Amino acid sequence: MQDTTANQVAANATSSFTEHLQRNRPGLLPYNQSLPATSAGTQPLQVPHATTIVSLTYGGGVLMAGDRRATMGNIIASRHIEKVFPADRYSVLGIAGTAGIAIDLTRLFQVELEHYEKIEGTLLSLEGKANRLGAMIRGNLPMAMQGLAVVPLFAGFDLPAGIGRLFSYDVTGGRYEEQEHHAVGSGAMFARGALKKLWRPGLTEAEAVAVAVEALYDAADDDSATGGPDPVRQLWPVVYTVGRTGARRVPENDLAAVAGAIIEARTTARREA
Amino acid sequence: MTQQFYVSPEQLMKDRADFARKGIARGRSVVVISCEEGIALVAENPSPSLHKIGEIYDKIAFAAVGKYNEFESLRQAGVRYADVRGYSYDREDVTARGLASVYAQSLGAVFTAEQKPFEVELAVAEVGSGPADDHLYRLTFDGSIADEKRFIVMGGQADKVSETVEGGWQRELNFSGAIRLAMKGLVTDKEAGELPASALEVAVLDRDSESNRGSRRAFRRLDDDEIAALLSEEN
Repeated sequence: MQDTTANQVAANATSSFTEHLQRNRPGLLPYNQSLPATSAGTQPLQVPHATTIVSLTYGGGVLMAGDRRATMGNIIASRHIEKVFPADRYSVLGIAGTAGIAIDLTRLFQVELEHYEKIEGTLLSLEGKANRLGAMIRGNLPMAMQGLAVVPLFAGFDLPAGIGRLFSYDVTGGRYEEQEHHAVGSGAMFARGALKKLWRPGLTEAEAVAVAVEALYDAADDDSATGGPDPVRQLWPVVYTVGRTGARRVPENDLAAVAGAIIEARTTARREA
Repeated sequence: MTQQFYVSPEQLMKDRADFARKGIARGRSVVVISCEEGIALVAENPSPSLHKIGEIYDKIAFAAVGKYNEFESLRQAGVRYADVRGYSYDREDVTARGLASVYAQSLGAVFTAEQKPFEVELAVAEVGSGPADDHLYRLTFDGSIADEKRFIVMGGQADKVSETVEGGWQRELNFSGAIRLAMKGLVTDKEAGELPASALEVAVLDRDSESNRGSRRAFRRLDDDEIAALLSEEN
């Protein structure tokens, strides 16, 4: 009797918020719905999609940036959407794919990390966070099979190692550590081309911001689902840097200056492509 | 056939209460003080990793005396309650009042229905925009709940400690003043005049964490160096 009680207590002890929901409130999980099977010939579900996210390492850490456009088919669903979020003090998360599910997954991931920290009294390791996110993406696989896929990019500062690291995922939850830089979303191939040319080792934080914004500019140039800097509405990408002191959102003023400089340089160059 | 002895409900409850009180009285005290800068939580606790004070949610902290395994399971249940609530509604919908009433219900249920009552006393503190908006709830082993003002003292020597804190409390206290006052209270019953920083567990709920630290989470645990620095400050 004693033994089974002890076993029960041990089995119920979890530091994972997702596991707690799975056990007690499964309906609250973003991916716990059973969808009707799509029959051939029906249109895929029309929901907003979020696009290009770029991430790159620099001298003191890692940076992540996302444009502000969400699209629904050929319609711009939102010009103000944010796709990069702080996950906790030392990590950030960018999302591409089905916006509704991605934003809920982000919220769940944020609570997951905070929950662990409060229960255990210590931060989860960066690898631990990356694995946890992979498991959550895998949880979404049935929805992904129906066209509601979420593809995140995860970046954080590894405190013991003292470096910024970044991780990409596929829809099955596979986790891949990326070197130097990476991008996800429909504009990713253009952004990656730009990153390849602009990135170099040991960038300063300010240079890294400029590289990221320029990569997004190139993505927006060629991908209709990615929004460029919008001087009319004063909309700039969302950029977070993560270093030893934690995650920091780059202020709008700095981004306006960086984006302004890029637009000016391109106007002066008068080149078509 | 064995005949069950009749015990009156009054006697049964009294025995349980005495038992729980005895358990709590063995523990060292915890002081929760509301002050100008926020809420300070101070406990005498020589362990650096087994905490008596913990974070529950953005503006809400937890402090306890008594049996570690019992209050730790209550703390974890509180974190789960708050996180589920904040996740399914919104972060601002998590309140100390809601949490305290859940605690009161579970403590009350354990007190009447279980073999043995919990030997714990809890405080749930929520920091507001001014000292008048702070919420301090005290919960005892039988599920009683009290809404306190200014400060809460719990534990073995609560009466003595409470006297000292009562005498020194003023609205204008800052964190270092509040922590020193709490410490003065905690040493009242000791021959040794001072407690070293390593014997104290101190955490604060910042009133202005958003503007000062850019964080919704107001809870901050102080390390030994910070405590030592605060204690050596002159007031």
